[in-house]
Amino acid sequence: MKTIKDVGIVGYGAYVPMYRIKNSDIARVWGNDPVRVPVKEKSVPGPDEDACTIACEAAKNSLLRAGIDPHSLGAVWVGTESKPYAVKPTATIVAEVIGATPAINAADWEFACKAGTEALQGAFGYVGSGMAPYALAIGVDTAQGQPADALEYTAAAGGAGFIVGPAEESLAHYEGSYSFVTDTPDFWRRQHEHYPKHASRFTGTPAYFYHVTNATRRMCDELGKEPNDYDYVIFHQPNTKFPMAAAKMLGVDKEKVIPGLISPYIGNTYAGSSLVGLAAVFDVASPGESVLCVSYGSGAGSDVFSFTVTEKITEVRDKAPNLKSYVGRRLEIDYATYARYRGKIRM
Amino acid sequence: MQDVAIVGVGCTPVGEPWDKSLREIAVDSTWNALDDAGTDEVDGLIVGNMSSGNFIDQESLGSLIADYGGLGNISAFKVEGACGSAGAAFKAGVMAVASGYHDVVCVTGVEKMTDVVGNSATKILANACDREYEAIHGVTFVGLNAMIMKRYMHDHKVTREQISTFPVNSHKNGVKNPNAMFRREISLDTVLNSPMVADPLTVMDCAPICDGAASVILTTRERAREFTDTPVIIKGCSVKVDTIGVHDRATVTSMAATKAAAKDAFAQAKMEPKDIQTAELHDAFSIMGVIGLEDLGFVPAGKGAKFAADGEIAIGGKLPCCTMGGLKARGHPVGATGVYQIVELAKNIRGDGVIDVENGIAQNIGGTGSTVSVAILGRDD
Amino acid sequence: MPSSVPRHWRENIKRYRLLGTKCASCGTIHYPRRTVCPSCKARELEEYQFKGSGKIYSYTIIRSPPEGYEFCKPYAAALIELEEGEIVTAQLTDCNFDDLEIGMPVESVIRRMFAYGESGIIVYGYKFRPILPRM
Repeated sequence: MKTIKDVGIVGYGAYVPMYRIKNSDIARVWGNDPVRVPVKEKSVPGPDEDACTIACEAAKNSLLRAGIDPHSLGAVWVGTESKPYAVKPTATIVAEVIGATPAINAADWEFACKAGTEALQGAFGYVGSGMAPYALAIGVDTAQGQPADALEYTAAAGGAGFIVGPAEESLAHYEGSYSFVTDTPDFWRRQHEHYPKHASRFTGTPAYFYHVTNATRRMCDELGKEPNDYDYVIFHQPNTKFPMAAAKMLGVDKEKVIPGLISPYIGNTYAGSSLVGLAAVFDVASPGESVLCVSYGSGAGSDVFSFTVTEKITEVRDKAPNLKSYVGRRLEIDYATYARYRGKIRM
Repeated sequence: MQDVAIVGVGCTPVGEPWDKSLREIAVDSTWNALDDAGTDEVDGLIVGNMSSGNFIDQESLGSLIADYGGLGNISAFKVEGACGSAGAAFKAGVMAVASGYHDVVCVTGVEKMTDVVGNSATKILANACDREYEAIHGVTFVGLNAMIMKRYMHDHKVTREQISTFPVNSHKNGVKNPNAMFRREISLDTVLNSPMVADPLTVMDCAPICDGAASVILTTRERAREFTDTPVIIKGCSVKVDTIGVHDRATVTSMAATKAAAKDAFAQAKMEPKDIQTAELHDAFSIMGVIGLEDLGFVPAGKGAKFAADGEIAIGGKLPCCTMGGLKARGHPVGATGVYQIVELAKNIRGDGVIDVENGIAQNIGGTGSTVSVAILGRDD
Repeated sequence: MPSSVPRHWRENIKRYRLLGTKCASCGTIHYPRRTVCPSCKARELEEYQFKGSGKIYSYTIIRSPPEGYEFCKPYAAALIELEEGEIVTAQLTDCNFDDLEIGMPVESVIRRMFAYGESGIIVYGYKFRPILPRM
C-alpha cells in the first residue's frame, strides 16, 4: 500500500514504567523452573499508571521531537487492549493533555497487539490522503497476564507514539505498508473478563508466524525488496524466541533484529510491542538506513511498514528521552507488590 | 461599642462518647455554661462547628441546638472557619454583644467526629484546605502541616526533638484536667518513636479525632456582675484570614493570619506580648505550637522550638502554654476547640483553673493558617 | 462513592496542562488560576501556561491517606516551586523516599489521581517525579 501524498514520521516518543519484576520471581511463586523463562524481566505499571498515562507521556515525547503545534494534529488515535474505560475514549484524554482539542479526530483502536500499528496505518492514510496535516498514532498497553498463566511472564506495560506528517519534515520516510488479516482466534478476552485466554501452541505457526511472514513477504514483493535488504527489522515481540524465529524464516540476519528487540528487558508491551521496538531503532539509526517494522495482533493479523531514516533524525533525537533512559530506570519489585499494583488481589 | 464579659463557661469531657449525639453534647455544654452563669435565658446562640454536614449529615445547627436546648425562638446560627470555627463563632458572639444587637449570648462550639468510620474523617478534615488544589492530590491535613514542619526544620535548622516537646508539655498539663481526653504523661521518646503519620509528624505529634462541646455566656461588662462576681473581660478579639492554600503563602513557615490577628487584638487590648501571662496555643500538630509562639510575638522566628525545649512553656516557665492539655491532650474536636480554649483561659483568669493569672491569650487556627482567631482575656479591674 | 463529574470536568484541562493565569495589569502569575489578581485586585487575567518543571520546596510521606487514595499508599506529597516561581501542591511519583530532599529538581507527569471506585470516573492530573536521568 502507498499513500497519495508523500509522507513520513515527523516525531516519535516512547514510555516504559519504572517497575520491574523478574521472571524468576514469577516462576518461583508458581512452582516453575526459574531458569527456563521467556524473558529476563518485565515492566510493571505503577499504581497510578494506566494505558492513558503511558500514552500521554509517549504523546508528549513525540510532540517534543516533532516540534509542531498540537493544534495542527488532525487525529489522536490510541491503540490498546487495556483501555482504562471500557466505554469512553482514552484518546480524548490524551488529546486534552497535549492541548490538541477540540478540532481533532480522537479514537481508541482495538486489534489485540496490533492496535497501535493499525492506528499508525490509519494515520498514514489520513495524512497521506490530505485529510490532515499531521496525525498521532499511539500503541500502548498495560497488559493483563492471568496469574500462573504462561503469558504472565511477559505481559508488560509501555507504549510509543508516532506523528505522521509531510515527507519533507520526516525523520523517517514512509515507503509503503501492508496489512494482512484472517479470522484466527489464537488469543482473546471476552467482555467483562479480567484476563485474556489463549490457544497455547496454536498461537505459533498458524497465528504469529503465518501472518508475520506473509505480510512481510507481500509488502516486500510490492516494493521489490527482500526482508534482509533492510538495515533494521523489528517484529512484534511477545518473547525473545518468536521474533528471532520469524527473522530466520524470512532470511533476516540476527544482528538486524537485535537493536529493536526490547522484550528481553521489559517483556511484551502488546500494542506497544513492535512500536517500542521501532522507537528504539529510531534512537540509534543513521540517516539513509532502512527500517522494516512488522506487528502482529491476535485474532489475527499483521501490519508491515517500510521506512528510510532521514537527516532530520539527528536534529530531533535528543529532544525527548530515548528508550534506553526508560529501560535503564528500573526499580525491582517482588511478586506480592506486583500483585497489589496490578489489582491481582481481589477483595 | 460596649465592653464584653464572659459570665459563664461550660464544656463536656472530650473523648469518644459513643452513647451521645452531637445535639446531646452541645446541649449539655450549653446548659453547663448557663448554670455557671446562673441563668436560663439567652437571646442569641452562635454555634461554632466545622463539618456536621459531613460528619453526621446534619446542618442547621442553630435550630437543632436551640430547639433541643429548650432555648425558644431565639436568634441562632452556625459560624464556620474549619478548625477555627469556634474562635470565629466567639468573635461573632463578642460582636453581637458589643454592638448592642444582643444582651446575653451563648457561644457553643461543637464537633462530633467519631460517628464516621475508617479514614473518612481524614477526608473530611482535608476539607479545611483547598479541596481542588491541595486535598485533590491526596494531601492530608497532617501532610500539609508536615510539609510546613519539614520546611521549618530546613530553614531554621531545628530538630524534631526540639519541636516535639510541645506534646510532652500538653500531656503533662492534661493530667490535671478532668475534661481532657488523655490524662497521662508521655516522654519525648514516645513522641519520636510512635508511628509516622506524615513524615516528620508522628501520631503523638498530632491531636486526636474526638468529640466535644464547649460554651461561654457573654454579656456586657456593665451587666456582668448580675451573673457573676468574677467576670472575665474580652480585652481583644480578632479573626484574620490568609490564603486557603499553603502553596500561596508569602511564607510557609509562619502564619500571616496569626500575625495580623495578634496585632489587631494586642492593639485593642493596649497590651504587648510581654504583658501576657499564659497562652492557649493551637497545638493540633507540634509545629503549630512552635510557630504560634513566634507569630504571636513571644519569640523571634525560628526560636519557638528552643523556647519550648527550654521548658519556658511549662507551668512555672516564662509563658505557660496549653495549661489544660491543649489540643493534643485535652483533645481537638475541631469546630469546638476555640471555645474550649476560651473556657480554659477564663477559668485560669477567674480563679478556678490550674494556674493563677490575670490575663492570657488564645489562638485558634482554621485550616493550615487560613483562618486564625486571637483573643486576649483579662480580669475586670 | 458517586462520581462528581462536573467538578472534575471543569478543572481537568487546568490540571492536565498546569494552566494558570497572568494578571494583565501587574504581570503577576498565579497557579491555581484566579479571577481577581491577589496582588493588585485587577480582574483582567490571561491564561498562562506553566512549563511543568521545578524543585521540591518541602515534602512529606503520606502514610495515612484519605478515603480513595489508599491504592498508592504510602506516597510522597510535596510543595513544588515551579521554574516560574509559583508553588504548587502535588504528589511525587516514581521516586525513592530516601532520595527526596528540599531543592531536588522534578518534572510534571500525568497520572491517575484517584478513581470513584471500580465503576466511577477516573480523575487524572499532574504529579511530579525526579527528573528522568537521560542515558
